[in-house]
Amino acid sequence: MKVLTEVAPAAAHQAAPEQELRKPSYWPFVVPALVVVLAIIIFPWAFTIWMSLNEWKVGSPTTFVGLANYIRLPNDPRFVESVMHTMAYTALSVLLPLIFGTFAAVVFHAKFPGRGFLRGVFIMPMMATPVAVALVWTMMFHPQLGVLNYLLSLVGLPAQLWVFHPGTVIPSLVLVETWQWTPLVMLIVLGGLAAIPVEPYESAQIDGAGVWQMFRYITLPLITPFLFIAGMIRMIDAVKSFDIIFAITQGGPGSASETINLYLYSVAFIYYDLGYGSAIAVVFFVLIIALAAVLLYLRQRTMWTEIGSGA
Amino acid sequence: MSVRQILGKIGLWLAIFVVVSPAILFFLWMASLSVKFEVDNAAYPPVFIPEHFAWKNYADVLASNRFLTYFVNSLIVTGSATGLAMLVGVPAGYGIARMAAHKSAVVILIARITPGLSYLIPLFLLFQWLGLLGTLVPQIIIHLVVTVPIVIWIMIGYFETTPLELEEAALIDGATRWQVFRHVALPIARPGLAVAFILAVIFSWNNFVFGIVLAGRETRTLPVAVYNMISFDQLSWGPLAAAALIVTFPVLLLTVLAQRQIVAGLTAGAVKGG
Repeated sequence: MKVLTEVAPAAAHQAAPEQELRKPSYWPFVVPALVVVLAIIIFPWAFTIWMSLNEWKVGSPTTFVGLANYIRLPNDPRFVESVMHTMAYTALSVLLPLIFGTFAAVVFHAKFPGRGFLRGVFIMPMMATPVAVALVWTMMFHPQLGVLNYLLSLVGLPAQLWVFHPGTVIPSLVLVETWQWTPLVMLIVLGGLAAIPVEPYESAQIDGAGVWQMFRYITLPLITPFLFIAGMIRMIDAVKSFDIIFAITQGGPGSASETINLYLYSVAFIYYDLGYGSAIAVVFFVLIIALAAVLLYLRQRTMWTEIGSGA
Repeated sequence: MSVRQILGKIGLWLAIFVVVSPAILFFLWMASLSVKFEVDNAAYPPVFIPEHFAWKNYADVLASNRFLTYFVNSLIVTGSATGLAMLVGVPAGYGIARMAAHKSAVVILIARITPGLSYLIPLFLLFQWLGLLGTLVPQIIIHLVVTVPIVIWIMIGYFETTPLELEEAALIDGATRWQVFRHVALPIARPGLAVAFILAVIFSWNNFVFGIVLAGRETRTLPVAVYNMISFDQLSWGPLAAAALIVTFPVLLLTVLAQRQIVAGLTAGAVKGG
């Protein structure tokens, strides 16, 4: 059977128009992966949507409740609050890595000895095991014994409570997220820098442009598409950030750093309210898609205004 | 002019130092915490290099009876999830690239966007129903959520760039599609295989969220085991930091040794698991 499907089109290949007969013969390569993807990605999604329409708690019988779980969401203050936390966390965790990552990319675009090795060191934060990293950050955030407050005292700044105070917990977590994911932005922007020709810089230098002017008027416009890609990826990852927040604060103090993902965890695996948890998962996914769509729309618009002003 | 060049050079190295130091200082501090006795870890101002090294922190972690179990668990889960992903993902990447079925990449994209927790709710029920909880099987299966998309995504990219002429010549000579894949396409794509393998290993090894839900006492992987140490050892930072460093050391080593492959893979697909 397998031999037949593979050999028959291959034999017919020379005679017939290529495209039509070629396509089916590659199906055997894809089928195993298709089965896996159906089982672990498509099935969970379909099942999640079904569960979200039910009252589904571990240990008790399930009943179909329609959209009741979704109607519950806007009236759940803890959920609404978690959306706010997620937005604040995400906005900062997109913006800061973009700024630092672009700077780092410009630095790594220069040629210097040991560049490959230092680039390897630079990307260590994003490859390191997040929980292990979170643990050390927790120690560094410690108000009395932590090294961060010591560093602040060296430059004459007052000690902070970092992740132990509701007002500073989100910025503190963003600090970790930024430390961790700036390298990814750097790599993407570095790819953009590599594609820029040298001529514009040469003529700008002849015209007497400074370093900042060259960056502002040549580099920045040319790497904008890459900044958008980096921003998009950063947004998707920041919205669903879990390991760092869970390991450092578990959403605390109180619920000051509880993002949607953390709340989803509590609902599904601490309260075992799987139906409601599924509804949160669906809304969460729609929210991520919507954010991505907004970013794409913004990109489209800036592209048009660029073309418009250029004409 | 030459003064300007020297100034430029100093400026560049200053910038390099600024850019790299957060990573270097963090991991040095992590190492420092892990080799200090409690007295030094609680000292103010902080001690960077202690007078007496507490190597026993490492010995304690390695000697604790379950650590070896958790290490083996991590090896089994990451090894199986990566191996299976290569087994199904590499041919799939090849098929998709050759069929130019770019729409199928949408599924990979969905997998990339979906929060890991969303998979956990239905699969948790499924594993419970199948009576698999308490074994390593659920974790191996759910780690495929991370590894399979990475492998497929990277392999599509690689097979799209490998030349078709050789494969067509082999087909005309009467080779089957499978033979062409096995003897022509695969050898050429070896660098791609390395990239896919390394990234799948790292993101599976690092995964935490699946373990906290699915792992029992005997089936924890290392990240979960380290997290659980926090609650027990709130105040003994030395052994905790040592454990954290042991868990992440293989990944850090791999990152520096294979930075070329990792950079290639990350910029190609910008993938990340979980």
